[in-house]
Amino acid sequence: MSTAVDFWPLIGVAVVALGFACRFNPMLVVTVGAIATGIAAKMPLQDLLAQLGTGFVKARNLPLITLLPLPVIGLLERHGLREYAQRVIVRIRAATAGRLLVLYLFVRELTAALGLVSLGGHAQMVRPLIAPMAEGLAQERHGPIGDARYRLRAFAASADNIGLFFGEDVFVAFGVVLFMQNFLHGAGIEVSAVRLAAAGIPTAVCVFAIHGFRLYRLDNWLACELDKNAATAAEPASELGEQSP
Amino acid sequence: MIVSAQYLYWLAGALLLAGAAMILRDAAHPRRLWSALFWADLGVLFIAGDRIPPAVAGLQVLLLTAIAACGGLRHGSARRLSQSVREAAAVRLGPKLLIPALTIPAITLIGSLAFDKTKIGSLFVLDPANSTLAALGVGCVVALGIACWLTRDSVTQAVRQSRELTDVIGWTLVLPQMLAMLGAMFQHTGVGHAIASLAEHYAAVDVRWIAVVIYCIGMAIFSVIMGGGFASFPLMAGGVGVPALIGTFHGDPAVVAALGMFSAYTGVLVTPMAAHFNLIPAALLELPDRYGVIKAQAPTAMIVLVVNMFLLYYLM
Repeated sequence: MSTAVDFWPLIGVAVVALGFACRFNPMLVVTVGAIATGIAAKMPLQDLLAQLGTGFVKARNLPLITLLPLPVIGLLERHGLREYAQRVIVRIRAATAGRLLVLYLFVRELTAALGLVSLGGHAQMVRPLIAPMAEGLAQERHGPIGDARYRLRAFAASADNIGLFFGEDVFVAFGVVLFMQNFLHGAGIEVSAVRLAAAGIPTAVCVFAIHGFRLYRLDNWLACELDKNAATAAEPASELGEQSP
Repeated sequence: MIVSAQYLYWLAGALLLAGAAMILRDAAHPRRLWSALFWADLGVLFIAGDRIPPAVAGLQVLLLTAIAACGGLRHGSARRLSQSVREAAAVRLGPKLLIPALTIPAITLIGSLAFDKTKIGSLFVLDPANSTLAALGVGCVVALGIACWLTRDSVTQAVRQSRELTDVIGWTLVLPQMLAMLGAMFQHTGVGHAIASLAEHYAAVDVRWIAVVIYCIGMAIFSVIMGGGFASFPLMAGGVGVPALIGTFHGDPAVVAALGMFSAYTGVLVTPMAAHFNLIPAALLELPDRYGVIKAQAPTAMIVLVVNMFLLYYLM
């Protein structure tokens, strides 16, 4: 690159932002954004295609974490894993959907802070265990929960993400801390990894309080929502896995 | 090395191709040919991606996009055992069902911690560059063996179940990869430099609290655009963090960096560009709203961003 900064490729960023804002198909948005960026940077067609191909092939590791557990999870679901998870959790009398998710957020954040980031994940934990357990508990307490189940599932996923993000930053040997240390080193500033990790603790605690509170409030929300609908018998929403036609 | 990441790509590719073949033979599938073509194309990219000429791989990516964008992926009806049979299996197998499910994280954990750099003879046990991924692969294969043995079901049935799940997830499965491709394109054409120079020139950072606000909000916005904290951190830390917060206002570098990264994460929580965390679970949990997970996370993200600004202002 020359010394003058080329601003034309920013068109790609604009295309992507606009595409997502207009809710076009994300695959299309991303591909058109990449092509627009390449054209704006005056890349020849052959190079542009090669850049797309290399970029895609180099990132093959990304879908593996979702893809590889699927045969096991699918087989276990066929043989009643979700049903088992629901039976077990409703036996615990103190358990509610909100409390379960608060506990999961706590465990996820704490284990991530200890570097155990693989003890969770959407394909391995949330879909087969956490989401069905939350739904089972809500059903046990409130009867048929209708579309409220989708909100429970979304919050189960959010507990996994938020616990992971704000926990892993507190772990000394994890990539994020080393990444920041390297960056500061490049800028001529020496900081120990321990201090970087420790500096994250106040926010990590606040995040647990904030999201934990929102998860805890889910029980109240369920009670309000379902009592309101109790008179008009809600049509049951589709079970996870049973596709509606 | 004994378990290389390459084997996992072959395994994933074989799984995708087997799924494509099953779709092709499923006469009741609503988009039989296009779906089969999509998964076969992806399978080939997994198995032979590094030997295909890059430009051809690029064309294959365009094919994936075209099929996905034209609605070529609809999932067929799942053939599953009835509720009562599953209930009965849950009673019969009981806690044993948890064994394979927990084998995956357990082996991933042990593998990536204990066998990280272990050698047998002169060979690494796990791919040293990808030890967590290699451990995950081993964990999934072992768990599949245990699951088949416990349920007395076949590997073919497991592949069929996996095909039904990938059918439901659809093109969202490859979206993280597409976004990585976009990120590589941005990097190749210098988009990062362009944004950083804009931030440096137009950000008024001579008042302490304004600098803090610009730094945190900038982190969040660039993460929304780039889909990850790792991409936005160097831009804002280089543009505002190091020169203004550390240089002019003598902030503690550890606090500035750590809270900057957390601000970036609040952006990650609300962007579809972080498909891996936000769109994949929505598909996996079969939410009717693609942005359902983002909507659940957005209020937390906003509050945390504000709290973060106060923490940075008072702690740095």
